[in-house]
Amino acid sequence: MTVTFPQKGLPWLLLLPQLLVTAIFFLWPAEQALEQAFYQEDAFGLSREFVGFENFIDLFTDPLYYQSMLTTLFFSFSVAILGISVALLLAVMADRVIRGKLAYQTLLIWPYAVAPALAGVLWWILFDPSMGPIALWLNSAGVDWNHYLNGNQAMILVVIASTWKQISYNFLFFLAGLQAVPRSLIEAASIDGASPFKRFWTIVFPLLSPTTFFLLVVNLVYAFFETFGVIDATTKGGPGQSTNTLVYKVFEDGFVGLDLGGSAAQSVVLMGIVGLMTVIQFRFIERKVQYS
Amino acid sequence: MIENRPWLTFVSHATLLLGIALVALPVWMALVASTHPASAFGVGHIPLWFGDSGVDTWKTVLLEKAGNGIDTPVFFMMLNSLIMALGITFGKIAISLLSAYAIVFFRFPFRDLCFWIIFMTLMLPVEVRIVPTYEVVANLDLLNSYTGLTLPLIASATATFLFRQCFLSIPGELVEAARIDGAGPFRFFFDILLPLSRTNIAALFVILFIYGWNQYLWPLLITTDDAYYTLVMSIKRMLSVTDGDIAWNQIMATTLLAMLPPVAVVIGMQKLFVKGLVDSEK
Repeated sequence: MTVTFPQKGLPWLLLLPQLLVTAIFFLWPAEQALEQAFYQEDAFGLSREFVGFENFIDLFTDPLYYQSMLTTLFFSFSVAILGISVALLLAVMADRVIRGKLAYQTLLIWPYAVAPALAGVLWWILFDPSMGPIALWLNSAGVDWNHYLNGNQAMILVVIASTWKQISYNFLFFLAGLQAVPRSLIEAASIDGASPFKRFWTIVFPLLSPTTFFLLVVNLVYAFFETFGVIDATTKGGPGQSTNTLVYKVFEDGFVGLDLGGSAAQSVVLMGIVGLMTVIQFRFIERKVQYS
Repeated sequence: MIENRPWLTFVSHATLLLGIALVALPVWMALVASTHPASAFGVGHIPLWFGDSGVDTWKTVLLEKAGNGIDTPVFFMMLNSLIMALGITFGKIAISLLSAYAIVFFRFPFRDLCFWIIFMTLMLPVEVRIVPTYEVVANLDLLNSYTGLTLPLIASATATFLFRQCFLSIPGELVEAARIDGAGPFRFFFDILLPLSRTNIAALFVILFIYGWNQYLWPLLITTDDAYYTLVMSIKRMLSVTDGDIAWNQIMATTLLAMLPPVAVVIGMQKLFVKGLVDSEK
């Protein structure tokens, strides 16, 4: 039990700035979205009428919305699985080497600091159909690369750019996880004649499973909400609907399409999804504490 | 090292070097691209080795104008980015320190409710409630202003949790001793709590600086006046010129300049960065 100070008014004064910012810029807009979701507004914002659940019904009967959901799921899991696999491989290798460990770490973690939009631009130029070196190389290898026209290729581009940025994060957490694996276990197994490969799959990988699960959730959240910049700077949701994720669609329908009611209904759905993911993340963290 | 397996050590080094090369590839290409004149980028052709107009391009972009429809130079947008990043960082740290202090060291009605309200901000990222937040900020007349760029982003559940965790680990005896010696809440905060949280504040500073500098969607929406353009968002405006007219050399130089400060922070303060990253997820 912490020792406390007796003042009664002071804590409110201390909390005031945080509560004010939260109320004005978080709760008020959230409430507005909730309210807006039940109204239909004309494009000029002059009048609006109460429509009940119509926006939600429109949303859930719209095949485009389901398509966007599938796109989001495919995109997020691709980013998470690719990022986790590559990072795990690199972390296991970095954990093995003795010389130059810190140098390797430094050279692998810096992409964390690159803004998603910039990551998108960097990969775009490599894959640009008319001049990008990778695109040209793919063309000469017989793959007709054009992410402006081919939806699957556009998806590959945004997945690569988003994963590239996230590898550093996963790498650091895996490295920390690997360092926490007891050396005595590994030594015992190697005395019993287990090869490095076998030791990894039977001892190290199972012990890393809390870290892996934690990273899966964090990566999914990242791919859901923080990759807006990658998509906006490269494909803008296209071609067609092929990279139009849920978060990008909220923005597009709201600001470009000016369908405020529909956009608000999408906001409400997304808030539900974030809430769910936050709960999963926090419940899991309780378990992580027990593991260690 | 458990046993000596030279071939495995070789494979490890090779994999790591390959990983580093792949990770660095796009930046290498951007660097090369920025050293060529705009005319070097044509159909079926992109230079693969350094050209000789690098100094000119970088100088023009940094000091004169960024190009592709943006007349302000990069260093000016860098200042805007810096103001926004530091505003967000200091703002978040200040209000989170205060609220964590109130929650841990005082007992008052609705304390748990306050905590939950702060917790809820985690569930409401700006991307999700983008239209109504824009409307609120427009109503408050904060479009095209530094206040509008920073203030809406400074509420932070993560930072509050981190400081709460840190404060809870401070032994009660220390607080008691301070009180017996006559320290009031202010004295305690400035003379004991702040010095004890120094490393945490520094680690958080690194993470939040990167977060603030890399803001994209928010500045893109609320700035229409190029006096308030930040560097990361300006890339989007530069890419909106018609396809054939994009001066890729200038875009690449601007991109590299835009990622330079946060990357330098990560590399220069690696220990604090790693600590901040790991701590803020707990």
